[in-house]
Amino acid sequence: MSEITYMLTDPLMQRALLAALLVGAAAPVVGTYLVQRRLALLGDGIGHVALTGVALGWLIGSAMGLVPNDVLAVPGAVVTAVIGSVLIEVVRRRGRTSGDLALAIMFYGGIAGGVLIIGIAGGSSGSLMAYLFGSISTVTTTDLVLTVILCALILAVGVGLRAALFSVSHDEEFAISSGLPVWALNMAVAVLAALTVTVAMRVVGLLLVSALMIVPVAIGQLVTHSFRRTMAVGSVIGVLVCVVGLSVTYWYPVSPGALIVVLAIAVYAVVAGLHPLLARRRPAGDPHPDIPDDVEVAPRASARGDCTP
Amino acid sequence: MTTPAIDARGVHVHLGASHVLRGVDLRVEPGEVVALLGANGSGKSTLVRTVVGVLEPSRGEVNLLGHRLGNDVPWQRIGYVPQRISAAAGVPSTASEVVASGLLHGRRLSLPRGWRTLAREALDQVGLADRAGDAIGQLSGGQQQRVLIARALVRRPELLVLDEPVAGVDRPSQEAFAATMTRLVDDGLTVLVVLHELGELADLITRAVVLRHGQVVHDGAPPRPHASHDAAEHEHLHPHTSELPALDARHVGLSDGPLDAGDREARP
Repeated sequence: MSEITYMLTDPLMQRALLAALLVGAAAPVVGTYLVQRRLALLGDGIGHVALTGVALGWLIGSAMGLVPNDVLAVPGAVVTAVIGSVLIEVVRRRGRTSGDLALAIMFYGGIAGGVLIIGIAGGSSGSLMAYLFGSISTVTTTDLVLTVILCALILAVGVGLRAALFSVSHDEEFAISSGLPVWALNMAVAVLAALTVTVAMRVVGLLLVSALMIVPVAIGQLVTHSFRRTMAVGSVIGVLVCVVGLSVTYWYPVSPGALIVVLAIAVYAVVAGLHPLLARRRPAGDPHPDIPDDVEVAPRASARGDCTP
Repeated sequence: MTTPAIDARGVHVHLGASHVLRGVDLRVEPGEVVALLGANGSGKSTLVRTVVGVLEPSRGEVNLLGHRLGNDVPWQRIGYVPQRISAAAGVPSTASEVVASGLLHGRRLSLPRGWRTLAREALDQVGLADRAGDAIGQLSGGQQQRVLIARALVRRPELLVLDEPVAGVDRPSQEAFAATMTRLVDDGLTVLVVLHELGELADLITRAVVLRHGQVVHDGAPPRPHASHDAAEHEHLHPHTSELPALDARHVGLSDGPLDAGDREARP
């Protein structure tokens, strides 16, 4: 017990835990909309693009002689991720067939651009490791302030506009016929996804960001069939796995990002395994509505009589 | 003279390379119940999708309740029922959540207080009040269609635009739907409905517009079915509401009709 108190009084751990808690709550909220639109891999695409942004920030930082030279990495990632996600949204609207192709090009372009630019900036691809796999233990107060602001924004928009974002994600055509600002709402989802990727970058890393957005939602879907509750369950699971995963790494030196994702997948596996047991407990009523049909079916007894030789 | 509920003039619509609507005029006065008829591919759905603003006409203009299509249209006074739900979405949602999205319109981006009650009342109108909490994906196709009707009714529209609302809906539900529509029309609802055939709604319809090859070929009293329609050699490719569903199932090549199932069950 005293060890937990000790952990909680460590300022480094306090910052990291707060960041993990906020990211854990926010990522599944945005993930719910992505899963709803069948864009579960969008987070990955944006994550790859953000890597180019990290390298670009690094390049500009070292060109300007800033110390440390990666001070612009996170702002670079934010800007590039937003531009990338808006581009993906534009491509998705223009030609529906080329949506996943555009995503694929972003994946590869993002990684290749990142590695190329970091070399020009005088770093090595090793310098990118902290961004690819997370580096929550190095969260500074400035990082924390940025994380708090962005997470508050994501939660405010993601939860506050839930009904409208649900409508546009569920049936875009109906949303248009309701006169909703569909274009703006679609862009809002794209920008939310980009911001989520960049805040989650510090906690789980760009390569694992999408898992934090999607896996808690997958768990939520197993236990409820309401959109609102799926989002709520996802958010709670996100907070739990982030906080527990990070706390464990206080004692065991493993990668927090990887542990958080493995924990989330383990929870998914357990819930999916228990699901049939939970489902069986529900009252097994007749699911068919009791309404008359207009088919005349001969009584069972006479039908059997006809068939027996 | 009153403002027409729908006033489309000289509408041309291109979908990709195909010129789907070729100069369509459609005027619906308040209180009318207009059926839009025509063969598959004649442009019925394209026309209603253009009327509610989903598609943009390449030529011509559409006015809804006296306002040109755009932000000025009072969308809360219009209800639209699309042909069928877009493939089940990735995240489950309850019938009442889907219906509640009909409460949003124009600049109203959040649900009003008491949305659950409103959604339930709308579901009650289509006879699904007891399924409010069920996932939409667990409902049958016909029930999903009724949820979409409830979504359009929840905002209490003056003008209702429906695209084949009774396709794949069983006959008792069609009768219930016709009864609901009769009540709403008596209260002054204006309706534009795409139909394959008049069916249960026949008594309600005041005028029919027939499209053929993207042009209006008839506008007036509901037309009689084609003379050969009831002949013995006529081959039905669509369900006939006046016949037994089991027979319809055979027409469209579904051998697992209810009668067959009964026969098989009875075998030792």
